[in-house]
Amino acid sequence: MKNKSLISIHDYSKEDYFKIIQVASEFEKNAGQASNLLAGKIVATLFFEPSTRTRLSFESAVQRLGGRIIGFSEASSTSVAKGESLKDTVKTVSQYSDLIVMRHPIEGSARWASEVADVPVVNAGDGANQHPTQCLLDLFTINQTQGTLENLTITLVGDLKYGRTVHSLLQAMSYFNPKFRFVSPKELKMPNEYKIFLDQNNIEWSEHEDLNLVLPESDIVYVTRVQKERFSDPIEYERVKNAYVLHKSMLEGTKSNMRILHPLPRVNEINVDVDPTEKAYYFQQALNGVYTRMAIISLILGLK
Amino acid sequence: MENKDLKELKVSAIKDGTVIDHIPAKNLFKVISILELTKIDTQITIGYNFESKKLGKKGIIKISEKFPDDRDLNKIAMIAPEAKINIIRDYAVVEKKTVAVPDYIEGIIRCMNPKCITNFEKVVTRFDVISKTDVNLKCCYCEKITDQDHFELI
Ligand SMILES: [Zn+2]
Repeated sequence: MKNKSLISIHDYSKEDYFKIIQVASEFEKNAGQASNLLAGKIVATLFFEPSTRTRLSFESAVQRLGGRIIGFSEASSTSVAKGESLKDTVKTVSQYSDLIVMRHPIEGSARWASEVADVPVVNAGDGANQHPTQCLLDLFTINQTQGTLENLTITLVGDLKYGRTVHSLLQAMSYFNPKFRFVSPKELKMPNEYKIFLDQNNIEWSEHEDLNLVLPESDIVYVTRVQKERFSDPIEYERVKNAYVLHKSMLEGTKSNMRILHPLPRVNEINVDVDPTEKAYYFQQALNGVYTRMAIISLILGLK
Repeated sequence: MENKDLKELKVSAIKDGTVIDHIPAKNLFKVISILELTKIDTQITIGYNFESKKLGKKGIIKISEKFPDDRDLNKIAMIAPEAKINIIRDYAVVEKKTVAVPDYIEGIIRCMNPKCITNFEKVVTRFDVISKTDVNLKCCYCEKITDQDHFELI
């Protein structure tokens, strides 16, 4: 991983996943202690579109490691607004920093940036394409809650058509003999290409419209937002919007090891009455994002 | 008149050069563009809409005194996978070649994803060929598939 950019979840092998999980666990164990691992290093966070949560998570990771940060949180105040190419911006910033974290609305922009930069690039989201650190923190969290990644039943709920998070997770988990349960409105079903991928890898999956039917067998319930603008028919949205909301009352009869994840931000797809239950794990998941990003950054910079 | 003579009437023979046959008629002009034949100063004979059992309508190109290298010829495999190449020396076929779809291609084809960086900035497109029968290309940037029916030459 040293000196290599992280652009897509496909850039990493199963062994890389375990390495990241191991290093992230170390950071978690030593959470209270100050680290100076990144002393003297500068990380640039280039957010060409705003994503406060992701940016703060990366910046927290760098600060916790004792590194420094330069960057911007939206493109309008930068040279990009003056018409500079992405290539020139990235090439220039790579002279100022040891690593670039980049978020950009255009698909493939992160790969392109990694080809022109003189330092490694970590993709913090390139449009609808990839967001690999999210996927790695999901793996870390699943492993942390279940003690393993192997042989789990994973229920994916919500927008399975456009949700890059669930697509990456599906591909990354394919190494570990999972069973998938897909629960979504008709308009937002898991695309065929992923079902073909699962079939080719002999991974069991099934599709459902009723979440209650699959909750009892699930080890992980991964909930994503169902956005109104994804529906061609607004009436259809009104009809289904409450069908995919998780309430505390639905948790009765679920496995004791079952945990609920969500990439956040949440709107109303998980009712707040779930929050105090031990099955709600999405805020720990957000914290894990910091540990995972600490691990990724220090591995890429060759400090671990 | 014999069949053989009839064929020769359609496209005149060349002394030295390359004959590219079995090009789907609809892609003939794309092949001309890929091989940059408009920049060549030697004689070129082009046949268009010839009957073909296999292809329906086909095209044929005869280029005098030029021998494109295999790399260039393989570029046309994307849009003319059945193409047959004959190398001619002194009116005789001295070598027969077929084109092969490469595993990876650079340039030539545009990524069909309108949201791809290659359609916003000056980036040479790069694709992994994930299927060679129905040629499917996976963009190395946006990771989306561009299929044969959507090939647009750059
Ligand atoms: Zn592309």
